[in-house]
Amino acid sequence: MQIFGIPIFPDQASTFARDVDVLYFFILAVCALFATGVAITVIYFGIRYHKTHDGEIGARIEGSLPLELLWSVIPTIIAMVMFGWGATVFYHLRRPPDEAMHIYAVGKQWMWKFQHLEGQREINELHIPAGQPIKVTISSEDVLHSLYFPAFRTKMDAIPGRYTELWFEAQRPGSYHIFCAEYCGTNHSGMIGTVTVLEPAQYQAWLQGGGLEGTLAQRGAKLFNDLACSTCHVDTGQGRGPSLKGIIGTTVDLQSGDTVTVDEAYLRESILNSQAKVVKGFQPLMPTFQGLISEENLVALIEHVKSMSPNASATAAPPTPAPAGGKK
Amino acid sequence: MLDKLKIPERHYLNNGHSLASWLLTKDHKRIAIMYLISISVMFFLGGLFAIGIRLELATPQGDFVTADTYNKFFTMHGVIMVFFFLIPSIPAVLGNFLIPPMIGAKDLAFPRINLISLYIYWIGGVFTLYAMIAGGVDTGWTFYTPYSATGSNTNVVPTAVGVFIAGFSSILTGLNFIVTIHRMRAPGMTWFRLPLFVWAHYATSLVQVLGTPVVAITIVMLGVERALGFGIFDPARGGDPVLFQHLFWFYSHPAVYIMILPALGVQSELVSTFSRKTIFGYSFVAFSSLAIAVFGFIVWAHHMFVAGISTYAAMVFSFLSFSVAIPSAVKVFNWTATLYKGAISFETPMLYAYGFLGLFAIGGLTGLFLATLGLDVHVHDTYFVVAHFHYIMVGGAIMGYMGGLHFWWPKMTGRMYSEFFSRVSAIMVFVGFNVTFFPQFVVGYLGMPRRYHSYPDEFQVLNVMSSAGATVLGLGYALPVLYFLWSLRYGAVAGPNPWRASGLEWQMQSPPLTENFVETPIVDTEPYEYEHVVSREKHLV
Repeated sequence: MQIFGIPIFPDQASTFARDVDVLYFFILAVCALFATGVAITVIYFGIRYHKTHDGEIGARIEGSLPLELLWSVIPTIIAMVMFGWGATVFYHLRRPPDEAMHIYAVGKQWMWKFQHLEGQREINELHIPAGQPIKVTISSEDVLHSLYFPAFRTKMDAIPGRYTELWFEAQRPGSYHIFCAEYCGTNHSGMIGTVTVLEPAQYQAWLQGGGLEGTLAQRGAKLFNDLACSTCHVDTGQGRGPSLKGIIGTTVDLQSGDTVTVDEAYLRESILNSQAKVVKGFQPLMPTFQGLISEENLVALIEHVKSMSPNASATAAPPTPAPAGGKK
Repeated sequence: MLDKLKIPERHYLNNGHSLASWLLTKDHKRIAIMYLISISVMFFLGGLFAIGIRLELATPQGDFVTADTYNKFFTMHGVIMVFFFLIPSIPAVLGNFLIPPMIGAKDLAFPRINLISLYIYWIGGVFTLYAMIAGGVDTGWTFYTPYSATGSNTNVVPTAVGVFIAGFSSILTGLNFIVTIHRMRAPGMTWFRLPLFVWAHYATSLVQVLGTPVVAITIVMLGVERALGFGIFDPARGGDPVLFQHLFWFYSHPAVYIMILPALGVQSELVSTFSRKTIFGYSFVAFSSLAIAVFGFIVWAHHMFVAGISTYAAMVFSFLSFSVAIPSAVKVFNWTATLYKGAISFETPMLYAYGFLGLFAIGGLTGLFLATLGLDVHVHDTYFVVAHFHYIMVGGAIMGYMGGLHFWWPKMTGRMYSEFFSRVSAIMVFVGFNVTFFPQFVVGYLGMPRRYHSYPDEFQVLNVMSSAGATVLGLGYALPVLYFLWSLRYGAVAGPNPWRASGLEWQMQSPPLTENFVETPIVDTEPYEYEHVVSREKHLV
């Protein structure tokens, strides 16, 4: 939206955009009311009670408890409304629906890499369908970054060493900015890109056009062999490492006596720092892959492990029909 | 009457003219003057970097300096302005000069420690200036890891050492003030007769003493990680980068209150003096300073809502952040009520007080947007945040500092400055400030991230407005240097109490004696009683 050619309001391109903007206008109205009220009062007092002669002094008024209470309690109530409303919007922003389509993002000085489960890989470009909740799992190859979609009113930091996530549902086809919002060194302001929201049918057509290396899970399966993971992690459970078949989402016992739920964070840790949490009944024989495997290959491996579980792959896969040669 | 006034024969400025009489002085007033000169140099140095930033951002392309140079500009701007100007500004200059006379004391409790704190500040400044000359530093003033630990190959360690050292100056000043306010009050100067300026400095000092050691520890950890390869924050060595943010903001959020609380104290003095009326709700204004200082310590993670902290932790910190808004609002309402039925006049310090009220209100209210979780996700790390904290730190803290400097300048030097040029300057600062920073709220909501060397074309109009406003703002800040220097020689003689203010400091001659008071004053009146000022004047005439 523009006034006299000056942009004053960003595109509303996601379901959140409306929620966030309504909240914004509510707080803006309250603040404008307070600021204008104070401004008018001090200007009025400044004129009305302007000193008329030298040596004049003001009236002796020490204070007023009822007034102090009034102007403490009313702002407190208004602040609590803002808090509650803001927390509600935030809670929604932090809970991706189960049926959300899954995309991986990796921040790296100074580019954003995106990987679709179907195998497409993009740099500083992201193609997504409209009207479909999308969950983005974010990691970083080096320093902090922050994946920011202003038109969707959401962002999340990319933190080296762990996964974070955000989600949104784009509503209107079009092209919008992707920014890096967390300062990351020399070319921070060059770490920008474009998200292209397509109609679902167009998106399907776009998916057909790429993915020469197969799906993300298939790429992971190839890595699984190339890195010789498959020599120990055999499906029968008789190998030197635990079988990974159906392991995602289960709870396993550790040598330390603790238990852990197998999720993306645990798989990540076990690949990079294999000695950290060894499954009960196995020797700590696995080499560590810290520094030897890129974030992109890491997510491919994790997708491969997830695809070894019939349940997990059903939820992880997009509800749209997979392209030929898709999920195992 | 004014032309009969003369500068007193003996005062703190002519008590010794040698360099040693300054560099080895234990007089809190001379130390304050040396701080004033030092932080003014730092202010204009930090301002030069701001000019560089605004020149670069006048066009969307990164065409004025390289990306690396730009990153060093905003880093050095932040480091110098925060650690070497804003944190010492009001406490070390005005607080140092005024707290002893305001409570009827001859000096601070520890005059030698006061001098040491100045030297520590200088040593910290030398390290930071060395870092600058040696090529600068590009981490941002926040030194976020792992970039500062492993990513950047600029002068992180010398800068960090400079900030670490300067922190001790701040701790010692705070300690000195706390002891002075507890132990050095004149007979009859009870806690509830203290000027609100002193209350605000008491609250500030608590934050300085309790908060600054945490940032010192954090910087040491960053130093050993960078220099010796410890794995504290770097995940590749088993560290946690988010831990740094927790530690850094545990100090650096309260540090915002180190900058703004003294300005709130100045504001109370100005509003009362220029409406010739006691402050409305004295005890509420006094305790709201303490409340802000205490709440300031429990809100730090509101800087980290999108840094991967848990949803519920974010909710707790959002809730607590709103708690800071209440005492701030109470202060604004009390100042407004003080004006009611006053006898208001608009000398330059009052123009600054009015400007402060408007800008601090906007700065505070836009803090509500950022404390609101669902909204912060969008505006975090955008120019909305940049605009918000400049409204607090420049619109609040520097307006307070300028207002205070104009108010107490006749006390410090014995002479008046040009009323005309100082009013022009106050108006230029107010207008220039708003033209610079208001458009940044808009461009921030549009989504322009902070610390961008180049940016998409559609943000240009708003950035050009900012750069144009900054020109006016810069000139507004440069003008006082000229008329203040002019006043030292040619200014009208001010006399002891040119504003007919009520505080004890106005009972001293201007400039004061080295020992402030010939006899320790005995306080038998409540603060801000203008009847006494009038009757005393009549008595003298």
